[in-house]
Amino acid sequence: MRGYELVVGLEVHVELKTKTKLFCACSTEFGLPPNTACCPVCQGLPGALPTWNREAIRLAVKAGLALGCRIRRVSTAARKQYFYPDLPKGYQISQGDLPLCEDGSLTVDVEGVEKTVGIARIHVEEDAGKLMHVGDKTFIDGNRCGTPLIEIVSLPVLHSGGEASAYLRALREILVACGISDCKMQEGSMRCDVNLSVRKEGDDSLGTRTEIKNINSFSFVEKAIAYEASRQIGLLERGECVLSQTRRYDEKTGETVLMRTKERADDYRFIEEADLPPIRLADAQIDAIGQEIGELPRARRRRLSEQFGISSEDAAILTSDPSLTAYFEEAAEKTSYPKLLSGLVLSELLRYCEGEEFSSPISAERMAELASLMGDGVITSSVAKKLILRLLDVDFSPGEIVEREALGQIRDEELLSGYVQEAIAEMPRAVEDYQAGKAAALQSLIGKVMAKTKGRAAPELTRQLLEESLRREGGNGDVLL
Amino acid sequence: MRDWLFRTVGEHQAAMRANEYSSEDLTRAFLRRIEEKNQEIGAYLTVDAEGALCAARASDARRAKGELLSELDGIPYAAKDNFSTKGIRTTCASKLLEHFVPPYDATVIQILKDAGAVLLGKLNMDEFAMGSSNESSAFYPTRNPYDPSRVAGGSSGGSAAAVSAGMACFALGSDTGGSVRQPASFCGVVGLKPTYGVISRYGLISLASSMDAVGLLTHTAEDCRLLLSLLAKRDERDDTSISLSPLPIPKGNLRVGLLEGEGLASPAQREALERAKERLAALGATVLPFTLPSPHKALAAYSVLMSSEASSNLARFDGIRYGSRVDHSDGVLNLYTDTRGELLGKETVRRILFGSYVLQAEHRADFYERARVFRQEIRDRMLASFAEFDVILSPTTPTTAFSVGEIRTPTQMYHADLCTVYANLAGLPAISLPFGTEEGSGLPLSIQLTAAPHGESVLFSVASLLECPQSAAWEVRV
Repeated sequence: MRGYELVVGLEVHVELKTKTKLFCACSTEFGLPPNTACCPVCQGLPGALPTWNREAIRLAVKAGLALGCRIRRVSTAARKQYFYPDLPKGYQISQGDLPLCEDGSLTVDVEGVEKTVGIARIHVEEDAGKLMHVGDKTFIDGNRCGTPLIEIVSLPVLHSGGEASAYLRALREILVACGISDCKMQEGSMRCDVNLSVRKEGDDSLGTRTEIKNINSFSFVEKAIAYEASRQIGLLERGECVLSQTRRYDEKTGETVLMRTKERADDYRFIEEADLPPIRLADAQIDAIGQEIGELPRARRRRLSEQFGISSEDAAILTSDPSLTAYFEEAAEKTSYPKLLSGLVLSELLRYCEGEEFSSPISAERMAELASLMGDGVITSSVAKKLILRLLDVDFSPGEIVEREALGQIRDEELLSGYVQEAIAEMPRAVEDYQAGKAAALQSLIGKVMAKTKGRAAPELTRQLLEESLRREGGNGDVLL
Repeated sequence: MRDWLFRTVGEHQAAMRANEYSSEDLTRAFLRRIEEKNQEIGAYLTVDAEGALCAARASDARRAKGELLSELDGIPYAAKDNFSTKGIRTTCASKLLEHFVPPYDATVIQILKDAGAVLLGKLNMDEFAMGSSNESSAFYPTRNPYDPSRVAGGSSGGSAAAVSAGMACFALGSDTGGSVRQPASFCGVVGLKPTYGVISRYGLISLASSMDAVGLLTHTAEDCRLLLSLLAKRDERDDTSISLSPLPIPKGNLRVGLLEGEGLASPAQREALERAKERLAALGATVLPFTLPSPHKALAAYSVLMSSEASSNLARFDGIRYGSRVDHSDGVLNLYTDTRGELLGKETVRRILFGSYVLQAEHRADFYERARVFRQEIRDRMLASFAEFDVILSPTTPTTAFSVGEIRTPTQMYHADLCTVYANLAGLPAISLPFGTEEGSGLPLSIQLTAAPHGESVLFSVASLLECPQSAAWEVRV
């Protein structure tokens, strides 16, 4: 790779989250039996006409606004024409010169560095059908025909697989957060085409690019980029030329494979789609759609991190699901220890949450109480964990239970010293290890004390007492000298 | 009283109301007439006798109970074979769709069904509506009922001939550049091309989506008015459809633009035009000269746009999902080329090739984009001219019906559309009215009226001033 720069632009197809298709009333539900969501419009029967799905347009505009695009007040549909058996009409209804959204951008964090990726355009288009090969026969499933998609076209400003996947992740995060798409790659509701070329470092002009079609996972995108870049560099190093090609990524071999060579640019014979009127949007309509967009994930992550003093990694998890964010914020308002709260939520509560969308079995109020009890030094984290387990089964007030069952921390030095001495007596090995310089051995001694106190021993005090006792016993007695 | 097979919708309703005959009687009579005449005329491609009689009996039952659905209840009609009809084969007069039976009804077919009208069958046409003579039908040409050695016109030739020859009370056609008005003119019937979008195109097999209009072929303008009032409504399945908001009928002096220009009409057609002008002038109309804006540009733009859109609209006929396909091809690419190459006719292939050529990236700007600019120019100028005129009076066609095989070059054929393409380029309503017959040949003469968008009301009102009962010539021939 040394001495070369790779230049990547991505075309991302995302399925819009509508109940019905882009041009008819058929369902967009995934996994229906073949050809059961397929009417004359989907099948391109003679005489059938498309009609706009207004909800799809609304979601596409929302995507444009969330990605900082300029929204066209008048945009038109165009037919992209080619023959293929999965394309019933012999053309795909898409958009040409007048796309719905243009000139946007997305700011992403790549390994801690901020990068802004320009978005050339976003347009609305329909999906094609699916071919199924069985033996020597091919069957066509028309259920996907007419599924509403947006194509998001980035500028060629990405320079590594890492940048590409950071961009894709950020894109998915926004689209999911805004309710625009599910972005389920395994169901094909988010797919990516990679355009890639390489050039000598310092060159301004772009090299000949290849296009890698339809990659359906972020890690495959990274791998495909790595492979294709080294393939192209290899060609140039051997004095050969990169040919303009369409390739695909082979998941098994990790290589990109030639599909077809483009001797000249594809000619799709674009023509105005006269069966559909132009999409006309008034400022008020666009504003209303913009109002629906709340705080975007990246901004929310930053705010959470700053407001509650939690790490950006933790903030990232807390903002990965809007319901989780809302839950956390509700609980955080009720305690002065948001950082402890975040720890309890992330390392304990989430283990007990099932299902795709976050839904907590314990109320935000109870979690806030636990964090407060911990923060005020009333209970230890290990008691807090136990209380969480109990709260999963039945709701109660943690404060009352702690009092009634005397679960509070043991801070009485005398009492605690007794446990400490017992632990030291029972674990001579650990004592030896510690005194031989293995600081970690102290942890097992603390664990022993915790076990004896059912987790109630004040951790810091226990540590202090242990250290003091071991120093006094001091085998090599450095400290005593 | 005229022979009953040549009566208007209103006359049939009056007769049925008076129990002179039932819808079943009338339907049987039309079916008999079709059986007798179709061999010679070639107007029908498919006759649905059973379905028609069934619908007629249902209508008679409703009439007996006093539950008529509309003024069209029990009226037998037929549809050009490019309207999708559920369970009745729909061929577009093409080998490729010879055995195609659609699973759904076009919106207009549905509306007529709901109104109780009786569908007799499907009518011959130029293949995929490409032509002006019905000679490009893959099955047989339609002959002119006035003179079977002559063409019926096209592409709605079957529709015009069926009404003209008493084989249906009215017919549905489609008009992309004159395809309803020209055959209406040749066959001596009324042909209306409404404002773009006021009748739903859903289920009309597209030729050029931006210009296609569902058209009506009838004995009188009054029948057109009646049909339009039923069919013109916004359809949620056609996003280009609009509600008709009728223009007011001009009060006071009618302002008529009379088309002037050399070579636009034969002496006989010119004479018909003069008669119409004098009639209107005598009734107090102001007649002023009108010249077509940029006729060369108009024809060129029409030809490029129609072919471009047709090449795209016909891409779906690939033999994969429906229709016929050739069975000797190896691989999918060959399947496409062999099916389309062998099953589509010459004129269809010509327009697909021309349309595909002008849309190619390297030619687009020179042809397709320029044609769109021309079209906008023409549309603007036509719309502007309606500040001066309420209606434009012109010939529908330069000549009366020509002989079968007479016109040999496609450009000659296209040139005959000059007076009709303007309405399609600009989305205007236009009507062709029979206006007497040519001395000697006895062939029908005609005139055309064109109005501003939503001006159908104006057309009907002027037509009522002009219409001469043309059945006189007919009584002799029946």
